[in-house]
Amino acid sequence: MLQLIKMAYRDLGRNRRRSFFSSLALGMGLALLLLMAAFIQGEMGSAMDKTIELQSGHLQVQSKNYEETKTSLKWEDLVENPDQVASQIASLAPVSVATPRLFASGIVSVRDETAGVKVIGIDPLSSANDPFRKGLVSGQFLSPDDREGILIGLSLADKLGLDAGSQLNLSVNTSNGDVNEQAFTVRGIYTTETNAFDNFYVFVPLAKAQALTQTENHASAIFVMLKNIDQTDSVAAAVQSSSYKVLTWTEMNEFLVQYENFANSYMVILYLIVLGITATVIVNTLVMSVFERTREIGILSAIGMKSRTIMGMFLAESSLLAVGGILMGLVLGSIVIAFLSKYGFNIESIGVTGLLISNVIYTELTLQDAITLTLLAFVVTLVAGIYPAVLAARMEPVEALRAGQ
Amino acid sequence: MEVTKIENVTRTFKTGKMETHALRGVSLSIESGEFTALVGPSGSGKTTLLQLIGCLDQPTSGHVYVNGKDVSKLNRNQRADMRRGTIGFIFQFFALIPTLTAYENIEMPLLLNGYSASERRERVTELLKAVDLADRANHRPDQLSGGEQQRVAIARALATKPTLILADEPTANLDTPNGKQVMETMTRLNQETGVTFVFATHDPRVIQYARRVVTLRDGVVVENSEAEEISLGV
Repeated sequence: MLQLIKMAYRDLGRNRRRSFFSSLALGMGLALLLLMAAFIQGEMGSAMDKTIELQSGHLQVQSKNYEETKTSLKWEDLVENPDQVASQIASLAPVSVATPRLFASGIVSVRDETAGVKVIGIDPLSSANDPFRKGLVSGQFLSPDDREGILIGLSLADKLGLDAGSQLNLSVNTSNGDVNEQAFTVRGIYTTETNAFDNFYVFVPLAKAQALTQTENHASAIFVMLKNIDQTDSVAAAVQSSSYKVLTWTEMNEFLVQYENFANSYMVILYLIVLGITATVIVNTLVMSVFERTREIGILSAIGMKSRTIMGMFLAESSLLAVGGILMGLVLGSIVIAFLSKYGFNIESIGVTGLLISNVIYTELTLQDAITLTLLAFVVTLVAGIYPAVLAARMEPVEALRAGQ
Repeated sequence: MEVTKIENVTRTFKTGKMETHALRGVSLSIESGEFTALVGPSGSGKTTLLQLIGCLDQPTSGHVYVNGKDVSKLNRNQRADMRRGTIGFIFQFFALIPTLTAYENIEMPLLLNGYSASERRERVTELLKAVDLADRANHRPDQLSGGEQQRVAIARALATKPTLILADEPTANLDTPNGKQVMETMTRLNQETGVTFVFATHDPRVIQYARRVVTLRDGVVVENSEAEEISLGV
């Protein structure tokens, strides 16, 4: 066995450049796989985290009648006494924060430009709104008793040419189906570094939103963040009551979960393509090697080497190529991934809409992905080595010997 | 004792629709300790006959016996087993494994036969001495002259103490002094160890070393004579 590996090693050394480039092909393939996995992980991780943090929360408690898509403001569709409900939920140990929010559809107009927005009434003091507070790029955050202030996203501000202190008109639907319009002052401009979000969401203090939409002492939902995402189901069960429905982040983000599944299966196809190309390079190298060494195979066979030992010798060569390639791939992949996990990959210009994907994606490689892909690359190389090995093992010694003459 | 016996052997090669009759009914018997040359022009069937005796190939009809065993119907792996340890080969080209040193080339058949490390070391050292290459043990084939390579090949053929060594044109690619040295080494080892040598050649300088000469022409034996009776014509 040791002798086989030694021979395989020396055989690869005979044509160092070819062996190196074959290994490099595998290395680059593996590095690419790792990068893709780290990219998807970074994208998905950030998309899900962002969506939960900015949009859905871990849980939302809504009125039984509330329909998410209609953004209804009828009293019977809303949560009554939301502060009280929120503080009850917040008293549960696993809950980090629970705060009422009111959602309304609206239109922002500045001079002759308009933009459809979603108005969210928030409790400015709640820590659930920290992402927006921390994302403030100009002006200041809202205060609970602010009656004219509005917080808008950076990309919306850019689009409408607004600065902190600018005036805008906001029209919103009200609980009785009318439209109410009022002038606001841009109190502050925030960014979540996700254009899709910043373009669409504007914030006003809950009390102001209630007054504007005529939904006094009501909220669309209680937005709940937990200390640990794994406790979602148990908290949802605890909060469950006859008058409310409790939605979990998986239910609210069904599309994202599906997208993630889709992306994962899509990745598998890409993995197979990359590995298929790599395997072809390895097969090519080894088949060339078999043909170049036909006479030697004949000699080894003549002195009594059995077919399976000859096969073993070529499989040892593909294993060595695999080990070399994998080492190169891990080094190469780690460097690129480390770089992109620090500096990120800017996809702002790609303009993904509908998904809360950060403008900059930071790669994130999980140990599981690294191990799975490394093993996959190794196995594919070994499988690729089978054909040349069988080719060598099947050679008739007489014909193999004749090849050299 | 008979080392090999060939009974009415034919070997036909098919290339597309063309049939080439390399051997057309050859019968021959070789006794232990012989030093026999197979001679004849190229295409006469020398190499084919050696390959059949060496269990590298199977006859189209007839029987080949090696050490009393019929090897004509053995499968691939059985033939490999038969070759290993029973038969040594020396080829016209210097058939060494280029990535292995002289020492490792000689060691290879011992490894394949499961000799222990110490047995291998002892045997290889002994063989390197026997072919006068003790100082070249760690050289790779490309660092050796043609004659030296062929002597390594002889040592390798002898490694497992086979009963029969088959050599196909062992001196064809060597100059006269090297060819002479190789033949003298083979003769000496034949005398010292009693191993049977059968070699194919059409080189008159080589034929003179043989104690028996079997002449083939167009796939049949046309002459089978002891050395004294041969007129070398040189």
